[in-house]
Amino acid sequence: MRFSLRDEKVKGLIWQVVVVGVTVAIVAWLWSNTTHNLAVRRISTGFAFLGREAGMPIVDTWLPYSPRDTYFWAFLVGIVNTLRVAVIGIVLATVLGTLVGIARLSSNWLLSRLAAVYVEVLRDIPLLLQLLFWYVLMQGLPGARAAWKPIDGVFLSNRGLVIPSIPTGAGQLSVLLAAVLALVAFYVLRRSLTARQMQDGRVRRLWPYALVLAMLPVLVSWSLGVSWTVTLPELRGFNFAGGWTLSPEYFSLLIALVTYTSAFIAEIVRSGIQAVSKGQWDAARALGLSRGFVLRQIVLPQALRVIIPPMTSQYLNLTKNSSLAVAIGYQDIVSIANTTLNQTGQAIDAIALIMLVFLTISLSISLFMNWYNAHIALVER
Amino acid sequence: MTSATDMPQGSRSLISRSDRHAIDRALRWLRANLFSSIFSSITTLILIFLLAKMLFGLAQWGIWDAVWSVPGNNTSECRALRGIGACWAVIPEKFRFILFGSYPFDQQWRPASATLIFIVLFYLSSRRVWWRRELTYVWVSALALISVLMWGGVFGLSFVSQDRWGGLPVTLILATFGLAFGFPLGIAVALGRRSKLPAIRSLCILYVELIRGVPLISLLFMASVMFPLFMPEGFNLDKLLRAQIAFILYAGAYLAEVIRGGLQAIPVGQQEAADALGLSYWQKNRLVILPQAIRHVIPPLVNTFIAFFKDTSLVLIIGIFDLLTTAKTAIIDPAWQSFSVEVYIFVALIYFAFCFAMSRYSRQLEAQSRPG
Repeated sequence: MRFSLRDEKVKGLIWQVVVVGVTVAIVAWLWSNTTHNLAVRRISTGFAFLGREAGMPIVDTWLPYSPRDTYFWAFLVGIVNTLRVAVIGIVLATVLGTLVGIARLSSNWLLSRLAAVYVEVLRDIPLLLQLLFWYVLMQGLPGARAAWKPIDGVFLSNRGLVIPSIPTGAGQLSVLLAAVLALVAFYVLRRSLTARQMQDGRVRRLWPYALVLAMLPVLVSWSLGVSWTVTLPELRGFNFAGGWTLSPEYFSLLIALVTYTSAFIAEIVRSGIQAVSKGQWDAARALGLSRGFVLRQIVLPQALRVIIPPMTSQYLNLTKNSSLAVAIGYQDIVSIANTTLNQTGQAIDAIALIMLVFLTISLSISLFMNWYNAHIALVER
Repeated sequence: MTSATDMPQGSRSLISRSDRHAIDRALRWLRANLFSSIFSSITTLILIFLLAKMLFGLAQWGIWDAVWSVPGNNTSECRALRGIGACWAVIPEKFRFILFGSYPFDQQWRPASATLIFIVLFYLSSRRVWWRRELTYVWVSALALISVLMWGGVFGLSFVSQDRWGGLPVTLILATFGLAFGFPLGIAVALGRRSKLPAIRSLCILYVELIRGVPLISLLFMASVMFPLFMPEGFNLDKLLRAQIAFILYAGAYLAEVIRGGLQAIPVGQQEAADALGLSYWQKNRLVILPQAIRHVIPPLVNTFIAFFKDTSLVLIIGIFDLLTTAKTAIIDPAWQSFSVEVYIFVALIYFAFCFAMSRYSRQLEAQSRPG
């Protein structure tokens, strides 16, 4: 008996030593090859190049940038470009996907079939192909002078999508900050009120606080005299003046990512809602609870529990898929790292940077969604 | 429903009654499914209007106003109709290149038969009757046969090096070989991640999380740019093979997670029973645990296959001639430059056919495995 137990342990130890040994040996071998190859090809390593002048043009950027800036700054511009596709894409894909998922469950046969066709078609065609398709369609649009004008102040042409803008500055930013603060305060307040209600059973009114808190951003805006004038873009010569322009590259990438991901989200939402048994509805209704209350307090919390984990992986997918931007020349982090790689020859460092950025983003989304998931699980108790 | 016994034969009035029944049923169906409430009726009408408008526009572009053939390479007729009608003439002109790339023209029956073998292989593997040991032999011989067909150099077939391969066979090769090799890798990693040995477990976690945390493109960049640096001087692998290795590692990580899900679903009693029988670790997993675990996760596995099949299109970015790259290259030809939409639709149909077949299959399996 003692012998066989020892045997088991010894076997485990031997296995681990062998596997770790082989892994270390392979890594060491690759490492020595790499250092040798780098020395032979006179490729320098390290991140010193980040301080040098990048010299690459970046067309579509939110941060101020010129080719005279450093590689480091260029990388930052790339990260911001990646994030602005990913964040806006996630929001839009969630909205669209939820709508399609609900449409899929509609009692209206036509609506539900159309939603099914939408999901099936988008899921079964590679995203890269869809991206190229949207980009070609974008390029095939008429020029600025013959731009398609669905509503006043919105132009769609081969220059991209132009939409009305509001001024952005310190004033607008502080109002936004005030709004966020008010939201956080509202959330904290609601929690503490619910906690107190749990203790003594007395229902406390929330809306007076909500009203006061909602006044906060309004007050800030009014006292600082912040301007919210909307600027409508207009055609001047061969281009547009005023408004915000979404470049054709950005716009096609956004459409492709949003529609593609929404198909997957729709299926997740559908199965999440279906996972809540009809008995839950019936039981809650039998207690005399209102439809909205049942949906908010009974069905949704249970559905979300099923929805959140696969939703997290869809958000991660969307973020990773945004790297396909390189195929149509939208300058996200991958595209900029790729240019850097070609300019400096420092393949390892450039690719390591891409991976580092995406690992960080993936990890942050995972952490946030795990936190949210834990939060949802608590609500359920 | 009217069954045959209700109807006395040859009576005309009763036949018309069954007709009336059918109409009644149709009306009831319409009322229940399309016009159940005012809101539903409005939705239906709006959708019918939009759908009709869209289909009409599509038919006008794709059928009535389309150009189906042009004389020679003269695309002036297509150009005149740009934006109004489709130019399907580009498909017969370019389909050989899109499907088989720059494989020698007179030898293209070889990639064509390789594609057919792939499809037969997929079909056989999807049948439950075929899920036996013999299937492994079929796979090995089919993959060998495909290699012989594609490369040649034996049996009187001329040698074709893999930088001339292209199109659909390359897509199928990347996907199939990636899955065929990634699957055992995935099983090993999934077992490793559930192992009691800490060193092995953490190595497996590191591998899976690293691969899943970064975009596939960065792995492909690694394969195309960094791989030559990793290897001893003077040693180089072909680009296609390097991409294939990246795909195997990628597939391994994703498949491992799916298989791990299956392993988790196996009740611990199975493990204990196998242990009680005195089976070794490998016997236990091979004979008891894995067969059950994999059966559990066949639908999500097929979904992973679909995702993987679509993901092979990313090799476009590192310049390997798969189906999407040949399509994109086909329209570089100045005469046909402005007809990418038509070509993309053609290629999308091919991808769709494969993925739709797989997703139908996965749903069918799910329906079968559902209790009741």
